[in-house]
This record gives sequence, C-alpha cells and structure tokens, in this order.
Amino acid sequence: MRETALAKEKICGRPRLRNLMPGFSCPGCHYGIIIRLLCEVIDEMGIEDDVIGLAGVGCSYAWPILFDIDFGACPHGRAPAMATAIKRIHSKALVFTVQGDGDLGAIGLGCFMNALLRAEKLTTIFLNNAGYGMTGGQMAPTTLPGMRTTTTPYGRDPNTTGYPLHAAELVASIKSVAYSARCTVHTPAHYQRAKRAMKMAFQKQIDGIGYGFLELLSACPPVWGLTPVESLKFIEHKMLAEFPLGEFKNVDSID
Amino acid sequence: MAEKVIIDGNEAVARGAIHAGCKHFFGYPITPQSEIAEYMARQLPRIGGVFVQSECEGGSIYMLYGGALAGARVMTSTSSPGFSLMQEGISYISAAEAPCVIVNVMRMGPGIGTGGQQGQTDYRQVTKGGGHGAYRCIVLAPSSPQEIFDLVQLAFYLSDKYRIVALILSDFIIGRMAEPVELRTLEFGPLPEKEWALKGKGEKGGRCDHPAGAPRFPADRSKGLIDFYMHLLEKYQKIAESEVRYDTYLADDATLLVAAYGSSARMARGAVNMARAKGIKAGLFRPITLWPFPEESLRRAALATEKVLVVEDSPGEFVEDVRFVVQGQVPVHLLGLWARHNQRGGGIIHPERILEEMEKLT
Repeated sequence: MRETALAKEKICGRPRLRNLMPGFSCPGCHYGIIIRLLCEVIDEMGIEDDVIGLAGVGCSYAWPILFDIDFGACPHGRAPAMATAIKRIHSKALVFTVQGDGDLGAIGLGCFMNALLRAEKLTTIFLNNAGYGMTGGQMAPTTLPGMRTTTTPYGRDPNTTGYPLHAAELVASIKSVAYSARCTVHTPAHYQRAKRAMKMAFQKQIDGIGYGFLELLSACPPVWGLTPVESLKFIEHKMLAEFPLGEFKNVDSID
Repeated sequence: MAEKVIIDGNEAVARGAIHAGCKHFFGYPITPQSEIAEYMARQLPRIGGVFVQSECEGGSIYMLYGGALAGARVMTSTSSPGFSLMQEGISYISAAEAPCVIVNVMRMGPGIGTGGQQGQTDYRQVTKGGGHGAYRCIVLAPSSPQEIFDLVQLAFYLSDKYRIVALILSDFIIGRMAEPVELRTLEFGPLPEKEWALKGKGEKGGRCDHPAGAPRFPADRSKGLIDFYMHLLEKYQKIAESEVRYDTYLADDATLLVAAYGSSARMARGAVNMARAKGIKAGLFRPITLWPFPEESLRRAALATEKVLVVEDSPGEFVEDVRFVVQGQVPVHLLGLWARHNQRGGGIIHPERILEEMEKLT
C-alpha cells in the first residue's frame, strides 16, 4: 500500500498576540470572540509595538494579562482619565480602553464624556451585554426595558429606572469624535464588519483626527438566563431591535 | 547661589515641581490652591510639558495614576474636599506602587468647611490614609515657601525611590504667604529606571507589562496576597527607618516642649522666642515627615522635658500621635482651634495666645 504524504497547513489557531494564559469567560460569552478580534486587528494593522491598552472593571478587568501588548487594568470607570494622561505623555502611542456597560455607562459616564469633551485622541471599545456580568447579573444602563435582572426582579421599568443608554449615538453627537459605530460579533459576517469598524476606530487615532469609538453587542448567557444558542437569538431579535447597528459618525477632519 | 525670588507657597509648589523635572500636571480648581494649576497652565506649555484641567478631582487623580504608570514625573494639587475625592485613586495608585506627588493645601473643616480659609483638619486623613486597603503614603509637612520648594523636590525623589505616593501637606497660610525663596536645585542621587512603565512594547524591546494594582492579579509581581502585603510592609519599614525628618528649636535645655507642624509651627516658634525672653525654658519640636512619624526623636525630646504643649489648628488630631509616642510619661496638653483669635473662618492661633498657654503651664 502506497503511503500518501499529507500536507499540513494551519488554518486556524490562537491569535499571535493572545498569550497562553487561560481565559475565564462563561460558556457562550462573546468576550473570547472580541479578544480574538482585538488581537487580529492589532496584528493586521501592525501596531502591536505602539498600542497601550487600559481595561475597565467588569469581566474585562483581567483582559490585560491575556495579551502580549502593554495593557493595564484601571479602577472602575476611570480608564479614559488614565488613557488621557498616557496619551499626553506618550503622544506617539496608540492608547485604547476596553470598558463594559457598567464601567463606561454608569460609574464612568462622566469620566468618559469628559474625555470626549477634551477632544482626546483615544480609541474606546465599549462592550454592551445589557447587564453587570462580574457582579452576578444586575441592571446596567444598557439593560433592555422589561428585562429581568437581579436588581430588576420584576423587569426593568423605564418609568423608575430609565431607558437604555445608546452610547454610539450619544458619542456621535460630540464634535471631537471622528468615528462612532455599533457592531455585533454573533455571526461570522458580523465579525468581519466589526473588524473593519475596529480598524477604523484605531485609524482615526493614528491619523490624529479624533476619538474613535466602537460599541460591540456581546452575549452574556448567565445574566440573560439563556443558553449560548438562545443568546444568539436574543441578540438577533431583542438587542438589535433596541440597539441598531451601523456607523453613526465617520469623518476625516474636524474643523 | 541660585536665583532668589519672592513667591508664595503655592507658586513654590509649582516651581519646585518644575525644578524636579515634573512636566505633566493634572488639576481642578479649588480654593486656596488654584494658583498652582494656573502657574502650571502658564509655564508647562513653554517647556514642552502638558497641563490638563480635569473635570473633577476624581479625574485628576486618575490622570495622575495614568501619568505615573506612563513613567513620567507627575503631580496634582488640591485642597481638602478635593483630597477626599481623590482617596479611591490614591488607594489604587498605592496598590500599583506608582510613584507620584500630591499636594493638599488644607482648608478648615469637614464638608465645604469655611470655603477655603485656614485650617489643619486633614491630619488624620493624610497620615493614616483616607482610602481603603491599609496602604501608606509619605507625608511631608513644610512650614515656609522655601521649605515647600525644597520638599516638593524631595517628594519626587522619595516617591520614585520607593515607588510610593508622596504627599505635601500645605495649608492656606503657607500657601498664600510670600517669602524669599532660593530657587536651588536639590540633588538626591541616582534612581532606578522605570522599566515597568507603560510605553508600548516597541519602546521596551518587545517586553510588555500589565499593571493592575491588585494583589490577586496573576501577572502582578507579587505571588499572592500575603506576599503583596509583606512586600509593602518591608518597604514601609525601610522608609520608617531611613526617611524620618524633623526640626528642633531651642529644645536641648527646654523644660516645656511645644510640638507643632506646618503653619502652626511658625506660630509656635514665635511663641517660643517670646517665652524665652520671659525666662521660660521653652523649645520646639517640628515633625517634617508626618509619616514616617518621628517617634523616637519626639519621645526622646519629650522625655527630656517636664511638659509637652501641642499646638494645632484643629480639634486635635496630631496630638493623638504625640500622646501615643509619649505614652503618658510626660503630660501632653493641647491648644487647638478654640485658641483662634475669632470665631469666624478667618481666625488663626496667634503666638501671643500660645505664650499665654505656656505661661499657664509653667
């Protein structure tokens, strides 16, 4: 019997900038997908030597140790202030923050808005999973109306707890912002769109035009009380109905 | 001799920092220290530095944290209510052992207090740590614009040397009073490179860092919680052994020792002179480092006298440390804010009033 030499080609694997530290996401969490996305974007753009990341508090707090780049963790909601100082000191570095919806939208909204108002040249990846994951499923500013969480046990009542924060639209209304978009990563096609958007959010900083902002919808099955597969449907039918995808701002100059 | 100028304590803070190589300042306006931010806003752009006006003291402290992690010499300044707002950040900075300098130009009272007038009511908060987690900060308490200018430079050195937050405790009186200041550059010796700083790995030969300021963080250089605290304790012990600073005045043969820091020590010194003129053997002990507290030196000085009189413009905070050190072996009296010359915010404790108290005690 003739032996056939099998040609081996690696077609899939760990992204180069994702180190060997084990991850810690719950089953069905989309953070692992977004970590891959971030690694690939930095790698493909050839900016690994220049990026400095800052993670907010939440399930993204421990992201820094998963990446082979300079990447620090910040106190709750304060990443934009820390990023401001780092960018002002190392003006050639590309400084980005990764922040959850509680981090950016609740405790850190003032800090974040003021970074926009100061016309900082930063990039922010905003992770919207409609709840507090790390603390066990409380209401976030992005929780959908009617959605049950541990602090809205009868469903979020907009009359007493308000309406979801639409961060990408809000950010787009600030003059110093160069790019603001909302994407999702729950299908491969959407993943590719999110990758283009994330590159754009970095490119605006590289070009010195203004703030680059990308909101990513992300599944949180334990908080949602759904299976990983049901969570994909929840994004498709519920999250997208509340949070429309798209580019809300993309300018090449700010006068 | 270096150039001599007449400037107030707030300007001395700003000039001292620039002399120490600080080119990045983050601040928010609050009386009685806004002049520091204003000076930095004027001067830093001229020397290639950066001044950022934050949205609040919470913003300032995290810009300071970011700047410290970036490896630059960074400073912020504030006054009491703003200092309270910074406590969370100071705790985080202390956990990450990021070196930086913070100036608190104290004002009287809790809450909004007197709206920016004289007082020394932050002693406990500043020396024992207002934030969570059992950390320590070096606290330097100058009593003149010249000493502010010098101690700000020392603060940068100590903070870099030990990777610790260094606080300057000023107040309304010394912040707003003008005196001749010699603009001398102090040399303290070499410091280690900040190879841990966030710069982007291209600047670090491909190495990357993940500072978090969290003892349980696996990538942190400490291996675990106990290691983390043992490392901090060792560092604090070393500081307590090598960095105590204090000043004495006519204390050698004194039978009545006045203990005071900052602006109160100026008043007390005047009172000691008046007392000596009247034949009272008075002396002054003035801690310069409030942490590390000059425990041994103060104990020795106190035990060589018959009585100790603490003068502080507060209901009594510093006196607790003095009593702890003296351990009841010599009587310790307190002349606190009730000795002010009037009831309103603008009151101060005059040397004459301190002398009156000294005469009562002898």
